[in-house]
Amino acid sequence: MNRPLRICVVYPDLLGTYGDGGNGVILARRAQWRGDEVELVQAPSDAPLPEADLYCLGGGEDGPQVRAARSLIDDGTLARRTAGGAVVLAVCAGYQIVGTTFPGADGVPHEGVGLLEVATTKGADARAVGEVVAEVVAESGLASLPTLTGFENHGGRTALDGAASGAGTGAGVGAAGVAGVGPAAAGLAGPTDPTVPLARVIAGVGNGDGSGREGAVCGRVLGTYLHGPLLARNPALADLLLAWALGLEVGELPPLDDTAAEGLRRERIAAMGRRRRTGRPRGSRGSRGSR
Amino acid sequence: MRSRLAVATTRVVNAASRRLGRGQGTVAGGRSGLRIDPRLLEHLTIGRAVALVTGTNGKTTTTRLLSVALGRDGARVVSNETGSNMPPGHVAALAGDRRAGLAVLEVDEVYLPRVLAATRAAVVVLLNLSRDQLDRTNEVRMVAGTWRAALAAAPHATVVANADDPLVVWAAGAALQVRWVGAGLGWRLDAVGCPACQGRIAFDAGGSWACVSGCGFARPEPMATLRASGDGASYQAVWSDGACQKIALALPGRFNYANALMAAVAAAALGVDAVDGLAAMAAVGDVAGRFTLREVGGVRARLMLAKNPAGWSELLELVGDDEGPIVISINARTADGADPSWLWDVPFERLAPRVVVATGDRCRDLSVRLHYAGVTHVTEVDPVAAVRTAAAQGASADGARDRVDGDCVHVIGNYTAFHDLLAAGVPAP
Repeated sequence: MNRPLRICVVYPDLLGTYGDGGNGVILARRAQWRGDEVELVQAPSDAPLPEADLYCLGGGEDGPQVRAARSLIDDGTLARRTAGGAVVLAVCAGYQIVGTTFPGADGVPHEGVGLLEVATTKGADARAVGEVVAEVVAESGLASLPTLTGFENHGGRTALDGAASGAGTGAGVGAAGVAGVGPAAAGLAGPTDPTVPLARVIAGVGNGDGSGREGAVCGRVLGTYLHGPLLARNPALADLLLAWALGLEVGELPPLDDTAAEGLRRERIAAMGRRRRTGRPRGSRGSRGSR
Repeated sequence: MRSRLAVATTRVVNAASRRLGRGQGTVAGGRSGLRIDPRLLEHLTIGRAVALVTGTNGKTTTTRLLSVALGRDGARVVSNETGSNMPPGHVAALAGDRRAGLAVLEVDEVYLPRVLAATRAAVVVLLNLSRDQLDRTNEVRMVAGTWRAALAAAPHATVVANADDPLVVWAAGAALQVRWVGAGLGWRLDAVGCPACQGRIAFDAGGSWACVSGCGFARPEPMATLRASGDGASYQAVWSDGACQKIALALPGRFNYANALMAAVAAAALGVDAVDGLAAMAAVGDVAGRFTLREVGGVRARLMLAKNPAGWSELLELVGDDEGPIVISINARTADGADPSWLWDVPFERLAPRVVVATGDRCRDLSVRLHYAGVTHVTEVDPVAAVRTAAAQGASADGARDRVDGDCVHVIGNYTAFHDLLAAGVPAP
């Protein structure tokens, strides 16, 4: 790549509640440490969304979430760039708004950006709050990724659109065959790749639609409920996103010193293992006062 | 009758709990009392002038400063000084002193509506509102909404509110009487969305703000403003009539001067001249151990507390220019919130020139954060060992230790991490 890799943190003023801005910092640092030229852009919600190779969306409160979705749809850049091959990492409220529909504070459905064929509804039971451990599933096409760890905090329940996740595969792959551009190149109307689940929940709630799944992937768009931030705890996933954005295979990226992150991963995954063995109800610490 | 029994029970259980060493005796007794008389908080505040202090940061310090101002010439003031800021803590404090005519209560943000209704407070101090422990409390906007509804239903209360925090202004806007204070706002990331119209708030260089989406919501004109001197070394209260007064405090940090000014305006609402009130606050040295000098593991340590991004930002501003080693201790227990991802909202990059020792239950989360912030650090799970490690690092690094605050190690912990270190230390000679 001749120009710098451009990483854009989308609307940190609206979608920056749970430290997810860290994902952008982590991606930029890792690229920098490998000698790539990189530009990290914080894109405020009152300006046009800049062109970028990789977009990060984070968690946010209900009201700001609705405004963020509205602005992204009106702006159009995110959908256009995604169709052009840009990579999207969407976490929590960000995950919900890149889906087709999600509930506002009042429970009324709002239109999403439609990069993932997932629909979110308001959960009837308590908010999902706590640690998550999940294994990446084969159908995601990313099964070489190690166990995912993160922290979830959401009231919504997200379901993959059944019709879209099975059908449309053939047409999608065909349409995406523009050389070197990426899978979702067919048009602006919606994803042409199938939307598939990212992972299987080992501990925690995840999508919470009864499927036992967590997150969703469509082409180079990855949605998940995991904070932490996600990439602080899952450096291999950070490298996968970078490889996508740089047009490389993950194996082509020089290894980095991830001693600190590996220590954190071991600790978090082991902590959840202990909790399962002792039968302590998960979320028991977190549900107080939540809606 | 029922409330007398409840009061007696509260005091007996508190005393027993203290004697058994099961804590500071402020919650168990209060819980027992409230079980016997659910309206005990209401009964214990009848006939007293009550001031409530709430907000994300500065509650404990402001509560203390206001108590000192109100009690400056011998008036008897009762207060929940240990930081137990939910109804059991309020009841325990109030039951412990039935004669005090003035009560200053620190109140957890989420509990303000309940405590305001029960105490019919004369004064409510609203400091600031920003993200904190999102896994167990509510979104800040929702909290502001509950404040607003509660204040609309409390025409008896004079509200002392920070004019620089849009969420606070929106909440206070529903009150009948408000005294606005320009107390400043270091952390603005939670204030960008207009709470009145869902539009957008814009701040100007001077810190003033207004909704740019045209709803008319804007910073109100304060009756008192905190102004820093050119070098930032001293602070003045500037009153709307033009009068200025230097604020002298033993406590460090811009945020503490802001707390003092809020407390002074609250004291004035209860009949204490603000100038006299401020003068009385000068003597307050440390509040519940914050900024206290302790000997921890044989090392002189300055203990500081920061528990959310707004608090950390202010504190890093305060210690950022020092060069010696610094210990940072992070826990994620119930009182801290179980999700430490807020570490990524804290500008730890500021510490890059210093050697940091990461410790506490969640030192590994901190270590990853510092790694990406480019901060040289070592990780040591045990906090006391971490303080020793820091002292050793400082000594080996060209005597840098001597330059820090007169030979001590800076230690910052979040809530339970700070309290563990406080308990592990002894007063420094």
